[in-house]
Amino acid sequence: MRPRRGLSHGHVGSLRAPDAAMALRNARDLYTRRQEGVSIWVVPATAITASSPDEKDAFFDPAADKVYRHPTFYEVPDGVQHL
Amino acid sequence: MYGNDGLLGEVEAAEEALRDAAGRRLSGGEGLEEYFIAVIEADQKIEPRDWMPDSYRKTLIRQIAQHAHSEIIGMQPEGNWISRAPSLKRKAILLAKVQDEAGHGLYLYAAAETLGVSRDELVQMLLEGRQKYSSIFNYPTLTWADVGAIGWLVDGAAIVNQVPLCRCSYGPYARAMIRICKEESFHQRQGYEILHTLAHGTDGQKAMAQDAVNRWWYPSLAMFGPPDADSTHSAQSMAWKIKRFSNDELRQRFVDMCVQQAEVLGLTLPDADLRWNEERKAYDYTQPDYDELKRVISGDGPCNRQRMAHRRRAHAEGAWVREAAAAYAKKRHAIV
Ligand SMILES: [Fe+2]
Ligand SMILES: [Fe+2]
Repeated sequence: MRPRRGLSHGHVGSLRAPDAAMALRNARDLYTRRQEGVSIWVVPATAITASSPDEKDAFFDPAADKVYRHPTFYEVPDGVQHL
Repeated sequence: MYGNDGLLGEVEAAEEALRDAAGRRLSGGEGLEEYFIAVIEADQKIEPRDWMPDSYRKTLIRQIAQHAHSEIIGMQPEGNWISRAPSLKRKAILLAKVQDEAGHGLYLYAAAETLGVSRDELVQMLLEGRQKYSSIFNYPTLTWADVGAIGWLVDGAAIVNQVPLCRCSYGPYARAMIRICKEESFHQRQGYEILHTLAHGTDGQKAMAQDAVNRWWYPSLAMFGPPDADSTHSAQSMAWKIKRFSNDELRQRFVDMCVQQAEVLGLTLPDADLRWNEERKAYDYTQPDYDELKRVISGDGPCNRQRMAHRRRAHAEGAWVREAAAAYAKKRHAIV
């Protein structure tokens, strides 16, 4: 669901429907009764491949020891502006 | 325009503005075109399914694709130094930086695809020379200090160019730019740190740093494009809020930021006429050679042929990976 023009779509919930067109209408009825959004995407749950939170450590391990990807890793000499 | 928290503060302000505008009510906008104009006037975002003028779509495709190609080709000058970085720390940092640039290219190809072109088409246009990339990546990286100069000046100029794009009227492009600008900050700092270290090292190291700054200064100024008087696409892009400032305005902003940063480095900028103009409250400076810019853009820079040959080779040599991935997916699909 895109809450307002300009913002990204974010996940709001799941529902049952026989096909994509019905899913879109059901999503409208179920999740936007108070005008929560301006646009909806629906995706069949079977089309989603998700990583498991149990594997979080191993899965995200490649980024764990790379503090140098953050600007705060670098020493900025005293008095430099706009860096 | 840059407050104390600098460029990142600007990016956050753009994100904030995007949220504010999203909450605003639209007035007017009866027909398709009127509605399009009303959205832009309210500083809201045009989204992929919205009606938009054909030329707006074409302008964006050209600009976003060129931007994506620049990120991808831009990996080459620095990639040249990954295996020869002076320490494991510098090597890990440079790898991370080049990896980020690949990521930026992918965000941007994805943003372009929302306009109805495919990534394959765009890549093909790059390989056939029908779409361009930034002139800056056609200059060679001769010494390790060049990696520092690129981070400081080239990424620095890119940030000055890109921060206003965080407020671009096309939603997917603006959101990609917010993400990219946040990541760019480390690129500029690591370059600055390399130069600072060299400039405070031996005489030889300092000379190497100065030489790199001398060579990269004018090509970096040229990154902002031709002077306003000769800029062909500007006026319409400004009206559509794709572009927010003119080439010359952004170039001036970049010069004004660099002077003080160069002083702290203990290095000089190679311009004898660079001086503060009290009346304009800005620095007077020497313009880059725009004939050289034209030559480099039209394919005749120091490294154009090498860059394109490398990209074509990498694309051809990667064909088996793409084919294998597609074959595997097909096989899995048949089983499920
Ligand atoms: Fe980048
Ligand atoms: Fe960068």
